[in-house]
Amino acid sequence: MREMPLISVEGVSKRFRFPRTAPDILTGRSPAAVHALNNVDLEVHRGETLGVVGESGCGKSTLARCLVRLLEPDEGLVRFDGQDISLLRPAERRAFNRRVQMIFQDPYSSLNPRMSVRQVLSEALSVHAMRQKADIPARITELLGLVRLPADAAGRYPHEFSGGQRQRIGIARALAVEPEVLIADELVSALDVSVQAQVINLLLDLQERLKLTVVFVAHDLRLVRHISHRVAVMYLGKVVEISPTEALFAAPRHPYSKALLDAAPELDPARRTCVAAARGELPNPLDLPAGCLFNTRCPFAFERCLAERPHLSNRGPAHLAACHLTDFGKPPPATIAAQ
Amino acid sequence: MTAPSPDRKTAGGGLKVRGLTTTFATPRGPAAVVDGINLDVAPGEIVGLVGESGSGKSITLRSIVRLVREPGKVSGQVEWQGRDLMAMSEADLRKVRGAEIAMIFQEPMTALNPVLPVRLQIEENLSAHSTLDRRARRQRALELMNIVGIPAAERRLDEYPHQFSGGMRQRVMIAIALASSPKLLLADEPTTALDVTIQDQILKLILDLRDRFGMSVVFVTHDLGVVAATCDRMAVMYAGRIVETGTVTRVFAEPHHPYTRGLLGSVPRIGAERSMLLSIEGTPPGLTDLPDGCAFHPRCSFATDRCRAERPPLESFAAGREVACFHHRTVAAMAEAA
Repeated sequence: MREMPLISVEGVSKRFRFPRTAPDILTGRSPAAVHALNNVDLEVHRGETLGVVGESGCGKSTLARCLVRLLEPDEGLVRFDGQDISLLRPAERRAFNRRVQMIFQDPYSSLNPRMSVRQVLSEALSVHAMRQKADIPARITELLGLVRLPADAAGRYPHEFSGGQRQRIGIARALAVEPEVLIADELVSALDVSVQAQVINLLLDLQERLKLTVVFVAHDLRLVRHISHRVAVMYLGKVVEISPTEALFAAPRHPYSKALLDAAPELDPARRTCVAAARGELPNPLDLPAGCLFNTRCPFAFERCLAERPHLSNRGPAHLAACHLTDFGKPPPATIAAQ
Repeated sequence: MTAPSPDRKTAGGGLKVRGLTTTFATPRGPAAVVDGINLDVAPGEIVGLVGESGSGKSITLRSIVRLVREPGKVSGQVEWQGRDLMAMSEADLRKVRGAEIAMIFQEPMTALNPVLPVRLQIEENLSAHSTLDRRARRQRALELMNIVGIPAAERRLDEYPHQFSGGMRQRVMIAIALASSPKLLLADEPTTALDVTIQDQILKLILDLRDRFGMSVVFVTHDLGVVAATCDRMAVMYAGRIVETGTVTRVFAEPHHPYTRGLLGSVPRIGAERSMLLSIEGTPPGLTDLPDGCAFHPRCSFATDRCRAERPPLESFAAGREVACFHHRTVAAMAEAA
């Protein structure tokens, strides 16, 4: 039997409702709502990095926020260590908040500009009573060393740091409370390429040393491929495919995953194509298509896709995809034999 | 594909930039945001200008068509089809800008006028730069919407920018730029704000337009994937200067500048998952306090005393390849060994 997942997301949906307008009241319609998450199922195992990819508006940040309970799902539940996180008692909730930490996307707005790095870190340490008061300065020095910031950084304010350094402060703040899980929402997307690599290297290193479980939410496929053990592809608030990283990148089993992979520019100038990978654009999340959510853009859609929404089903070892074409992207048996 | 040969000379047509320098007066003294740029773009060629934020790539693009506002000062030589854009009167320049040379910007959200329907914004360019009458302009606007692949073009012409998605707005921007059949398109990160499937569509559109109309393109981007997918030649910028040039294929295969090598190494590669990336330590310098010698030396693992004292000039070391580094042979040898 497999080990119990550390985090499991079961049938989570999240809608953001608009205020009821006068026409809504007159016609008795329910107010419009953005369907940010539509019945998401997901598991995160201890010690792994799960990458969550998708384009803007696919609900990946909403999912991250549901995982740390910054948002309450409308339907479904999130379990952490077997417990439904919406039913935690206050003391358990504090413990949960400590064990699961989030790092935010924007290094410019996620740090209080009026707090020095020392204040930021000692707040985290004292709120969760991680250290005796006398031991806090030593721990701050230790944390700064861990994220490779100079020791004199403690007395400085966020505006004195570059974007990459601020993201390190964010990581130090998250690590201060010795969490088991880090939820990184677009950790490096605001940074320059050369600085991105520094932060990614740091994350890989810390994960090994501290045995962290990481949920890495990002839109950059190359980065996700680089650091994840498993990848979940999201489209319009639904996980359309989830699989071990190499299996997904070698043979995506959902037409959207394939389009997404093909659309990402190759780093090899010799492998240039002239044909766009996907046609059309994301449908309006206020008004989702019936049937499969991808049917408006899918070149393979047939009648069943317009009527019935596919659910995740098995495609291989730990490989799930939500598509009626169960053979889509299946490598022909001959190539398997050749390998 | 009809990719032109990389060593095609720019004689006659094309763009020739020599010693382009743009300085801004700042409280901490003058800052050379663009410092002595040389750049050639042949007809039908796509040249990528690559660098990180603050490297001066966008200002270079704006300086070429003198779109830099006070207190910015532009000097140097920009020759477009044999005419010097720097010496041209403002009135003459306006006939070139938007007509022979068009520009598209990074933010499709802010570059369009929010209170005019897109039809007027496309026709505005036509009435400024063509002799078409009203009916012909309408016809041409519709044609342009079709060229850039906007569905239901007839109906959408009368819509306002807020009714378009980001990708569609960028298409409208391209339609406006194409209105006067430009010979040169200056594209400033045209896909950075877009999702990857939409970026893919826009890049393919630009490639297609180049092939159909023989347009030259200068493509400013920070994304090496975009360069690999679209450009013929590339120039890498660091701290306001070009540090390496060459065909995309050659530069990717054999970077000669440590910064280029670091940039390429910072991008995760297939087959090396969960390994440490070859990052560049430190951050780009501020333009008001550039280090002495080579601007890259504080971040460079190849730096020697000479790099700290003397600035390496951009020199040709092979046909079509230039680099500004004293140790480029060592760097290239390292890349080959790795």
